[in-house]
Amino acid sequence: MLTGMKITEAVDGLRQKKFSAEELTKAHVNAINKLNDRINAYITVTADAAIEQAKAADQKLAAGDAPALTGIPLAIKDLFCTKGVKTTAASRILENFVPPYESTVTANLLRDGAVFLGKVNLDEFAMGSGNLNSAFGAVENPWKRQGEDTFLVPGGSSGGSAAAVAAQMAMGATGTDTGGSIRQPAAYCGITGIKPTYGRCSRWGIIAYASSLDQAGPMGKSVEDCAIMLQSMAGFDPKDSTSVDKEVPDYRAACNRSLKGMKVGIPMEYRVPGLSPEIEAVWQQGINWLKEAGCEIVDVSLPHTKHGLATYYIIAPAEASSNLARYDGVRYGRRVDGASLDELYANTRGAGFGDEVKRRILMGTYVLSAGYYDAYYLRAQKVRKLINQDFMNVFDKVDVLLTPTAPTAAFAKGENQEDPVQMYLNDIFTVPASMAGVPGLALPAGLSSQGLPLGLQLLGRPFGEETLFAVGSAMEKAANFTHKPTLRAGGSL
Amino acid sequence: MSYMIEGSTGAWEVVIGLEVHAQVISKAKLFSGASAHFGADPNTHVSLVDAAFPGMLPVLNRECVDQAIRTGLGLNAKINLMSRFDRKNYFYADLPQGYQISQFEFPIVGEGSIEIELEDGSVKNIGITRLHLEQDAGKSIHDLTPKDTVVDLNRSGVALMEIVSEPDMRSPEEAGAYLRKIRAIVRYLGTCDGNMEEGSMRADVNVSVRKPGEDYRTRCELKNINSIRYVMQAIEIEAKRHIEIYENGGEVDQETRLFDVARGETRTMRSKENAHDYRYFPDPDLLPLIVEQSHVDHLKSTLAELPDDKRNRFQSEYGLPRYDANVLVAEQDVANFFEKVAKNRDGRMASNWVTGELFAVLNKQGLTIHESPISADALGSLLDLIADNTINGKIAKEVFEDMVETGDMPGDIVERKGLKQVTDTGAIEKVIAEILAANPDKIAQYKSGKDKLFGFFVGQVMKEMQGKANPAIVNDLLKKQLS
Repeated sequence: MLTGMKITEAVDGLRQKKFSAEELTKAHVNAINKLNDRINAYITVTADAAIEQAKAADQKLAAGDAPALTGIPLAIKDLFCTKGVKTTAASRILENFVPPYESTVTANLLRDGAVFLGKVNLDEFAMGSGNLNSAFGAVENPWKRQGEDTFLVPGGSSGGSAAAVAAQMAMGATGTDTGGSIRQPAAYCGITGIKPTYGRCSRWGIIAYASSLDQAGPMGKSVEDCAIMLQSMAGFDPKDSTSVDKEVPDYRAACNRSLKGMKVGIPMEYRVPGLSPEIEAVWQQGINWLKEAGCEIVDVSLPHTKHGLATYYIIAPAEASSNLARYDGVRYGRRVDGASLDELYANTRGAGFGDEVKRRILMGTYVLSAGYYDAYYLRAQKVRKLINQDFMNVFDKVDVLLTPTAPTAAFAKGENQEDPVQMYLNDIFTVPASMAGVPGLALPAGLSSQGLPLGLQLLGRPFGEETLFAVGSAMEKAANFTHKPTLRAGGSL
Repeated sequence: MSYMIEGSTGAWEVVIGLEVHAQVISKAKLFSGASAHFGADPNTHVSLVDAAFPGMLPVLNRECVDQAIRTGLGLNAKINLMSRFDRKNYFYADLPQGYQISQFEFPIVGEGSIEIELEDGSVKNIGITRLHLEQDAGKSIHDLTPKDTVVDLNRSGVALMEIVSEPDMRSPEEAGAYLRKIRAIVRYLGTCDGNMEEGSMRADVNVSVRKPGEDYRTRCELKNINSIRYVMQAIEIEAKRHIEIYENGGEVDQETRLFDVARGETRTMRSKENAHDYRYFPDPDLLPLIVEQSHVDHLKSTLAELPDDKRNRFQSEYGLPRYDANVLVAEQDVANFFEKVAKNRDGRMASNWVTGELFAVLNKQGLTIHESPISADALGSLLDLIADNTINGKIAKEVFEDMVETGDMPGDIVERKGLKQVTDTGAIEKVIAEILAANPDKIAQYKSGKDKLFGFFVGQVMKEMQGKANPAIVNDLLKKQLS
């Protein structure tokens, strides 16, 4: 099965001429054709362009000058602007927007030979934890509870990315992570994803949600696949003033590093009340694996963790309220006319934005308003500094932190939906690292009693991605997570 | 005597503070690579960043930062080595991002002060509160089609410096002098072209009135005035409006107002209740702006000569009176013209010719110094002809008029018209003898004490010689003959 392979295997197979790039891409296009009506992972499928790219890849492979990702079919989160290809942010307001430019991250992937299968679903403007806030409909998690056919969410906001990879409708996918949007869906869909250090990947051409937190990263079937993808995606970009001018190390090589003498911190604040016993058990299992791999386990404290979520839900909406002001119906995107300019704004934005986006714009506008700024935004910025300081303090003592990725396994559509705050709690373990800008890798570590994947998260020092890949690879070997979701290419559907 | 407005309850003092928006001279915009050139076809200088396309990010143009620092140095102000860009959020059709990137809390330039000079010769210091960098918005045009508003984004994202003064001015004259001084400084430094009619320099004027000795009363802000004359008019009109309100027992509301030039009145644009809540916060797309002191020092060492420094130098180097030096330095091009004329010549004479004869011609013909019909070199050679006694001052004026008309060089004119000064004592003595012979009665009067007649004899001699005689020699010889 071509769709069942990892990128590492496909890279070798293409070079050994076991199959062509065209065959590989067509296999994935077939999987999309078969599964997308049900899973709804893709908003836009660019099958014809993908096959053309694959043919070009075959020529490069034949000529022997093929860069790392040549012929590897990927799914692109529909938050990355792609030249000439509709880019919607899963919003009505951009439903027909076709950018005349290519985001830096996707341009890097194209430079390295990747094939783009299409644009995948997400929570509108990356706001959500269940991919339920998409103007193009919810995405179904390919995983099923044992003996049930309940519609489970893939997590969010990169839900389409995670579902596409899990269901083998793409070999890998790009995601973006603002408060956990790569890591949480990776956990819910039993795949691997890394949110790199803030500044590692350029944000240029990625539709902004919360600029000081947004960071692109890869989602894939293995740690090494993520390493290969990040190698291509990362790098300094003068067009993004917050991108960092630092050489990109050899991430794939880092996957084989020894863990001898490495110190792993276990933050006690992550043992939150209500943590599922199954998650706790997987966490303990992860600790044991790392001990066996030669790591020293150290209990550490990140005392301001409990303020992370509240802080996030001030800073992210504040930035979003400003970032989304440009969607006004004047220059591009959807416009709903009105008798006055103000009415045009109100009509356009009223019709163009979904409820969650409106909610966050309102929250953000509120916390920045005169009289509330000091109490909310300014205070949140101070707490953010403290959270960052927590991480810097523990990284004086340990090399990496091990935590759960999400407090539960994937939940069903309909659950958690009444109370937005309950939904926000999904990000409780992922948000602090976003606030601190440190990298986080999520990988599957086991199954729940209902047969759903459970993930663990590794957090590293700023620009400590190599350590995450090294520790992640070791855990991946120990976990030997080979389970497959019900809905997948070659599956029973 | 200071400026006061007489009301029915006595004299009122006017308090004025100015916010000057000066468009930075730079090739590219503040945060995009698009051209910042003025006057192109609509929407031809617009990058994806300026039009706020999704995912576009600002990248700071360091040349604009240097221009702001240079201006700050010209305002004798503190340069802040750490400053920050904030977002000022509001919706408008010509503001594509839905926010303006500005510097709210931490401006690049802090407190400074400049000197202004008033008509009566007095000098006053005006405090500068701050200077910050910000983006300009685009332009909404409401009258191009009957129903729609059209938007030109060429100016969207162009760098502006907002220069905020302390409320230190007390009269329209002071406000005018302040604006002229700011304009001279930015023009000297090459940081803004100062062309108010093109909108590259605009002023928001804060006006309040008070009885002498009182605290400040409520001020109103008059937005976006684009000429110095209008600023001065608007201040007087607005101050009188305040006085009338107070004297009728009312209170002035703090608000933003527009100055209607045609009607000669100001009217409400936005009341305080409708004031925007701009929701400023640090722009997360940009890092704090850090400037090295060594870089500031470098800019300082390469700074163009400022108007005050040039005036001082003109006084000491060319021996000019302060007033004359001030007139010459008010515009850099005039100062440069003058220096070209004055170089290696008599500075006072050069100054007199430039501010006298030349200015008269320029004013009469409505020309700028650039369009002067007489080049600095030509005026210089005219001065040389006077200095080497080829012609005298009186003839020089005649030559000058010819130069204006024909554009010929003064030497050629002197040649053509035979205006060369006569210094041959023999020739002059001959004429003197004739004049004296013809006026025995006048000689008698002179000798009996009517000294003033000496001028008559000089005049007669000069007349006889068509003005070409060297006046000094004529004087000498006449004195001898008459003694």
